[in-house]
Amino acid sequence: MSATPPSAIERALADLSSQDPAAQEASVLMLSEQGDPALLPRLEELRANADRSVRLVIKPVIDLLKNKVNLVSDDPDTRRSAATDLGTLGKPVAVPWLEAALNTESDRWVRYTIEESINLIKLASDDPATKIAAATKLGELRSQNALPALKELAQGLLASSGEGEQQGQQGLVASAASQAIERIETWGSWANAIQTVFRGISLSSILLLMALGLAIVFGLMGVINMAHGELMMLGAYATFITQECFKAYLPDTLFDYYFLVAMPCSFLVAGLFGLALEASLIRFLYGRPLETLLATWGVSLILIQAARVIFGDLTSVVAPSWLSGGAQVLVGVQLPYNRLFIIALASVCVAGIYWLLFRTGVGLRVRAVMQNRDMSACLGIPTRKVDAYTFAFGSGLAGLAGCALTLIGNVEPGLGQNYIVDSFMVVVTGGVGKLSGTIVAALGIGGLNKLLEPSFGAVYGKVLILILVILFLQRRPSGLFSIKGRHVES
Amino acid sequence: MSSPDLGESSGLSSAAEGTPDRRRAWLSESSATEGLSFWLVGFFLLVVMPLLNVLPATDSWLHVSDFTLNRFGKFLAYAILALGIDLIWGYTGILSLGHGVFFGLGAYAVGMHLMLSIGTESVYGSALPDFMVWNQVKELPLFWKPFYSFGFAVAAAILVPTLFATIFGFLAFRSRIRGVYFAIITQALALSAWLVFNRNETNLGGTNGLTDFKTILGFRLSDPGMQRTLYVLTVLSLGAAYLLCRWIIRSRTGKVLVAIRDSEQRVLFSGYSPANYKLFVFVVSAALAGLAGALYVPQVGIITPSQIGVLPSLEMVIWVAVGGRGTLAGAVIGAVGVNWARSILTNSFPDLWPFFLGGLFVAVVLLVPEGCVGLVRKLSGNWFARRAQPGQTAGGFGVGASVKRGLR
Repeated sequence: MSATPPSAIERALADLSSQDPAAQEASVLMLSEQGDPALLPRLEELRANADRSVRLVIKPVIDLLKNKVNLVSDDPDTRRSAATDLGTLGKPVAVPWLEAALNTESDRWVRYTIEESINLIKLASDDPATKIAAATKLGELRSQNALPALKELAQGLLASSGEGEQQGQQGLVASAASQAIERIETWGSWANAIQTVFRGISLSSILLLMALGLAIVFGLMGVINMAHGELMMLGAYATFITQECFKAYLPDTLFDYYFLVAMPCSFLVAGLFGLALEASLIRFLYGRPLETLLATWGVSLILIQAARVIFGDLTSVVAPSWLSGGAQVLVGVQLPYNRLFIIALASVCVAGIYWLLFRTGVGLRVRAVMQNRDMSACLGIPTRKVDAYTFAFGSGLAGLAGCALTLIGNVEPGLGQNYIVDSFMVVVTGGVGKLSGTIVAALGIGGLNKLLEPSFGAVYGKVLILILVILFLQRRPSGLFSIKGRHVES
Repeated sequence: MSSPDLGESSGLSSAAEGTPDRRRAWLSESSATEGLSFWLVGFFLLVVMPLLNVLPATDSWLHVSDFTLNRFGKFLAYAILALGIDLIWGYTGILSLGHGVFFGLGAYAVGMHLMLSIGTESVYGSALPDFMVWNQVKELPLFWKPFYSFGFAVAAAILVPTLFATIFGFLAFRSRIRGVYFAIITQALALSAWLVFNRNETNLGGTNGLTDFKTILGFRLSDPGMQRTLYVLTVLSLGAAYLLCRWIIRSRTGKVLVAIRDSEQRVLFSGYSPANYKLFVFVVSAALAGLAGALYVPQVGIITPSQIGVLPSLEMVIWVAVGGRGTLAGAVIGAVGVNWARSILTNSFPDLWPFFLGGLFVAVVLLVPEGCVGLVRKLSGNWFARRAQPGQTAGGFGVGASVKRGLR
């Protein structure tokens, strides 16, 4: 290749701009085979000055060369997308480049993509043996990207009828292709199942984050806080404001860390608001759960409208860069980092609450009040104080949940309303007084939701879950787990 | 223009027992004054209002415009619904946050008939409702066909909610779901219904609901005479519903219902089955809600999912809370009063309405848990305690004055 004299390249470059299609094609072929990235600037220059038809001719050459350069970039994602692009372009010249890259590549998923691209290109070759090998390899790779090409190939072969030996070979290719298709599709449904499970866990952890605070308050005081969703909204807006402050007052390099500051902020904001709410409203309504429900709903209306007046209808939070993208664990299975983060956060919260309730003095008091309020009061536990702090803590958890929700959706005044009924259902299904009930119920309802969604659609899935919950409560009227005792009045 | 009068006379009925025997007053309402005020209010709503609409010249200050009359028809339809909620919440102590669903079922049943009676007058000139043409539905779905019959539609407006409430209530009460649990479950029901009615493939008009009605039984809906007829029909239904509720709460069943509110366990231990009573009252209130929906639709001319979801269902409860739960007059006053305030406030300060409504929730629960009627009773009770020796019967005139004060 190095034997090609510079003059030939010059001529090819000149030919590109000529109006003769044959000459253009020849030079495109020649330049592609040449594969010299040093030509890129010159080609770009040519393209910038040329008219549309010439630009169309030059574009594939530029794409090829660019991707060849990117194939050795330092960033694995760039390498990977370059390999994908080369596969899509489907130019046989790219095969040796890809093979060379494969030899030096260390990243598992870039290697995978390179192999996929090589075989995709080979699949389009004229030689039946190469075709069969490529199809088999693609099947082994379980490449979802190759599915359309393979299907097209199989159908094309079935439609055309050849003669004698040619026919036999075609049959071989067709069977290789259909085997590969079957393999890929089987794997695809597995990958889908895994993704569904993951989505279910992800939704469950969101529900859990919301239901935890709700369940603690409900278990302790028998109060359903209808403003819980709006406390979440407060947390989300606290996150938004933190982000804006970072944007305005701190250098750009620190921006990615705003989320770490936002989490305690949203916890505190919602917690303090909860404390105020308890002191000004809930305190006067003890022993009247239904009235509390209505009053807190009034509070939630006011909060939603206030947020709408102050912030407008829609604001969005930019997820920090370390939470964007996802981890590829298997072929066709990618787990987004933000969802993983929420799962981790929910786990940490559960662990933290368990620690707080079962390993600290405060937790002991909370549990005592939960089990027998009057007796605890007799033994000198300040039950009203315990109530206040617990309510504030539950509200803080709601704020934290709101902060986490900004990672997967917009911040809007109605944010709390989207999940709130679901999290009520979690609390009701889980039962009063035991956290394990809440956890199991969250996993159950979240998982079931995502399980039913593909076949029933989101709406009917939800309706079905309501029916299931009602039927479930037939068996266990006080939820999954409840404190056993000789309570006459609930 | 009529609400203060309404408030005065209905308040009078219940306020008349600002007498020492509070417990008796809470359970039953003294019949003489109540009967009198019932007929007075009834006469005013049924005869005076329509006459004021027809007789005086349009520029006279006595004139009640078509718009006002129509608006009152809507409020009074809501009042029927409020009576049902009062029955279940005020008297039996069960908080249902899903009554919007029953209201919606009734409203949609009649709405479907009205939709079909548009015929080829629709925008697309097709015999099918417009939204079906829009959604490319070629043939009328099977469940729509019976709604060609007016009788069927009206029967369905009451029977469908009844049936639905029976099934739902049976499951819920049998497993002793109560208190906050019941509230949450019914709220989930409201959410589910809202989601389902919003879908296009259920063929119920999706988000836009049912609207653009033209005729009912061959009469133009836009005709003021027709609207007057509907108004009168609503007043009569409200009267009938009121009498029904009064009959229920004065019967032995009513006493059991109040006992369930006060202590379900004792009722259970006394050998009654609270579940059956609860189911009964739930079904009755659902039927009333369906009736309210049926009367609402032809007067308002539109029914959409947003009128039956979580938020409206909660709002219905607050009408009763504002008016005074545990008193039938309170439910009516609350429904009319809150909705009147709403139509005034949303017109002049649209942004303020949610603040007002939220504030109302908090204030009523916190400050006047017994609602307007309860407040009036308390005030008049104090007034008489100061004026006269306890045990003396209250004179109607003076109570009326204090009712007015209480309402302001």
